[in-house]
Amino acid sequence: MNFDFTKKQLAIKKMIKEFADKEVKPYAAEADQKEIFPAEQIKKLAKLGVMGMSVPRKYGGAELDNVSQTIIMEEISRACNATAVTMGAHASLTCHPIVNFGTEEQKQRFLPKLASGEYLGAFALTEPAAGSDAVNVQTTAVRDGDEYIINGSKIFITNGGKADLVCVVTTTDKAAKHKGLAIFAVETKKTKGFGLGKKEDKLGLRGSNTQELVFQDMRVPKENLIGGVEGEGFKQAMSVFNSGRIGIGVQGVGIAQAAFEECLKYVNEREQFDRKLHKFQALQFMLADMAMKIDAARLLCFRAADVKDKGRKYVKEAAMAKLYGSDVAMEVTRQAIQIHGGYGYMKDYPLERFYRDAKITEIYEGTSEIQKLVIAAELLGRGF
Amino acid sequence: MEIIVCIKQVPDTTDVKIDPKTGRLIREGIPVIINPDDKAAIEAALQLKANGKITVLTMGPPQAEEALREALAMGCDDAILLCDFKFAGSDTWATANAIAAGIKKIGKYDLILCGRQAIDGDTAQVGPQLAESLNLPQITYVQKVEINGGKVKAERELEDGYEIIETGMPALLTIVKEMNEARYPTLQGIDKAYEAEVKTWKAADIGADENKIGLKASPTMVKKVFSPSAKGQGLILQGSIKEMAHDLVERLKEREIIQKF
Repeated sequence: MNFDFTKKQLAIKKMIKEFADKEVKPYAAEADQKEIFPAEQIKKLAKLGVMGMSVPRKYGGAELDNVSQTIIMEEISRACNATAVTMGAHASLTCHPIVNFGTEEQKQRFLPKLASGEYLGAFALTEPAAGSDAVNVQTTAVRDGDEYIINGSKIFITNGGKADLVCVVTTTDKAAKHKGLAIFAVETKKTKGFGLGKKEDKLGLRGSNTQELVFQDMRVPKENLIGGVEGEGFKQAMSVFNSGRIGIGVQGVGIAQAAFEECLKYVNEREQFDRKLHKFQALQFMLADMAMKIDAARLLCFRAADVKDKGRKYVKEAAMAKLYGSDVAMEVTRQAIQIHGGYGYMKDYPLERFYRDAKITEIYEGTSEIQKLVIAAELLGRGF
Repeated sequence: MEIIVCIKQVPDTTDVKIDPKTGRLIREGIPVIINPDDKAAIEAALQLKANGKITVLTMGPPQAEEALREALAMGCDDAILLCDFKFAGSDTWATANAIAAGIKKIGKYDLILCGRQAIDGDTAQVGPQLAESLNLPQITYVQKVEINGGKVKAERELEDGYEIIETGMPALLTIVKEMNEARYPTLQGIDKAYEAEVKTWKAADIGADENKIGLKASPTMVKKVFSPSAKGQGLILQGSIKEMAHDLVERLKEREIIQKF
C-alpha cells in the first residue's frame, strides 16, 4: 500500500496548482457573475497539453495515468468550476469514447485536433425524456447510403454551443432498446442540420456553456459512427460515465477544498468577543469535520483512479467516489457559508458561488441516487 | 548558441523564519522552488536558445534534482547536479569555486546565466564571483538582453533607470525576475524531464580544489543571523519648511544620529 504520489505526479501537481492559482482562480468570480466562457483558460490549458491529457501520445496527447488526470481535475476545480467542467467534458467525456472505442481512422482523424485544443469537444446524451433513463433516447439515426440522417434534440449539453466536435448518442433501432444505441462524432462546423437551441441559464457553473442541440436531417458520414458498428452505443456511453465519475467526485473535492481554504483564512482574521474565530471550539469542530471529510472523499477518488490505472474493474469505486465527493462538496460549502455568517451569503465572497457550483455534482454524470443503484448492483452481483 | 544556466533550489517563502537558537533558516515543512530570479534566467535562456543547447546546473543536496527536473520540463536540454558532502557549508566564494570547476568540466559555452540573487540568502554574490573565477566579462541585474553578431547587449537595471552594456562572448549575466514571465512546464515537458538523466558530479569528478570548497574553505564567518524587528511607525513633521528643518535637526541630534556642536 502506498499513499504517496510519484515524483512525476508531484511535478504535475506543482505545475497545475501554480497555473490554477495564477491563471484560473483570479477570473472565476467574474466568469460566474458575467457568464464569461473560459476560452482563454482553455487555450492556455491546451498549450500545457492538458486538453489532451487522456489521449495517447501517438495521437498527440500527454497520455496521463488516471491518478495524474485526477490531480489536474482537483486543482482546476479548486480554482474555477466553470473551467473544470469545460475541460472535463472535453478531456473525459468526448475523448474517452474515441480513444477507447474509435476505429484507427477515427482516432487519427479526431484525436490530434482534440489533444491540441484545436477542437473543443462535447458529449450529448441527455434529452427531455432520456436522462437517468439513458436507454430512452429519441434521437434517431437512419442509414442512407454512405451517410446517416440524424433527427432529434439534446438538452443540457456542456460545451454544446462552443464545441467543434460533439459525440451524439442516437438510436438506430428503437425496438432493440439499449442494443439499438449508436454514438456519432459530429463535426459541428462542417455539418448541415446541426443547430443550437436554447442556452441554459444555470444555478452554478455560470461561466460554462450549457446548450440545447437540435438536429434536423443532419447528415453524418458513416465513417463517423464510433467504432464503426451499430448497437454499441450503450456500452460505450456507460464506459464514458464510469470513467467520468472519478472526475466529478474529485471536482466535488476541489470545490470543498476551495471553500475550506477560505474558512481557514477567515477564522484567523475575523474576531468576535475579542477573540479570533479559531479560538471557538464550535468552529474548530466544524473545521475538523470538513478536513476529515474532504480527505476521505479525496482518498476515494484517488483509490478509484488507482484501481483504473491498474487495469482492474472500478465501477463500484468510481460510483462511491462520485457519490461521496459530491456529498462532501455540498456539506462543506454549506458549512463554509455558516462559518462566514452574513459575509458568506454575500456575492463579495466566493462561498455562495462554491455552494451553487457544488449542487450540480450531485446531478450530472449520474445522480447520487443512480450512484447508489450502481454501488448496490455491484454489491449484489447483478451487474448494471 | 550554448547556454549554461546556474540555479538554486530555495524554500518557497519570502517570510523566512530563523531558529533563534541555531541562527539557521527553518526549512522543515516549507516547500522548495526554483529561486525566482533563476527561473527568469531559465526563461531568458529558452528565449535566446534558437538551435542551441541549454545546460542547467545546480549545487545542492540530492533533493535539488527536482529543481533540475523542473528546468528540464520547461525545456532545458541537459542537467547537472554538483552533489558532494565536500561542498557542504560553502559560502558564496566556495560555491562559486565549485560551480566554476563544474563549468570548466562542461567546457564549451557562449553564455552563462544566473539569477540576480537567491531569496534565502539574498547575497547576489555567486554570479559575480563565478564570473571572476572563470575570468569572464559580467553584466549584473539584467532586465533585457539581445545577442547580435557574437555580442551581448544588455539593459542593466538600476534604481533610477538602466544602463546599456555591450560585451563579447562568452560572458556571464545575472538576470532579474522582472525580465520575463517564466513559462509553465508542459505535460509533455514533464514527461521528458522524468525520462532524462540528471548527471551527478562529485568534487573529484570536476577536479575541484578541496582547499577552495566547503565550510573550511569559506572565508565568510556568520556572526549572527536574526529576523529584524519590524520598523516603527514613520513620523510626518508639520509646519513651514524652516520649522520642519529645525525640528528634524533637533530630533537627529537628540538620537545622536548627527553630532551636537
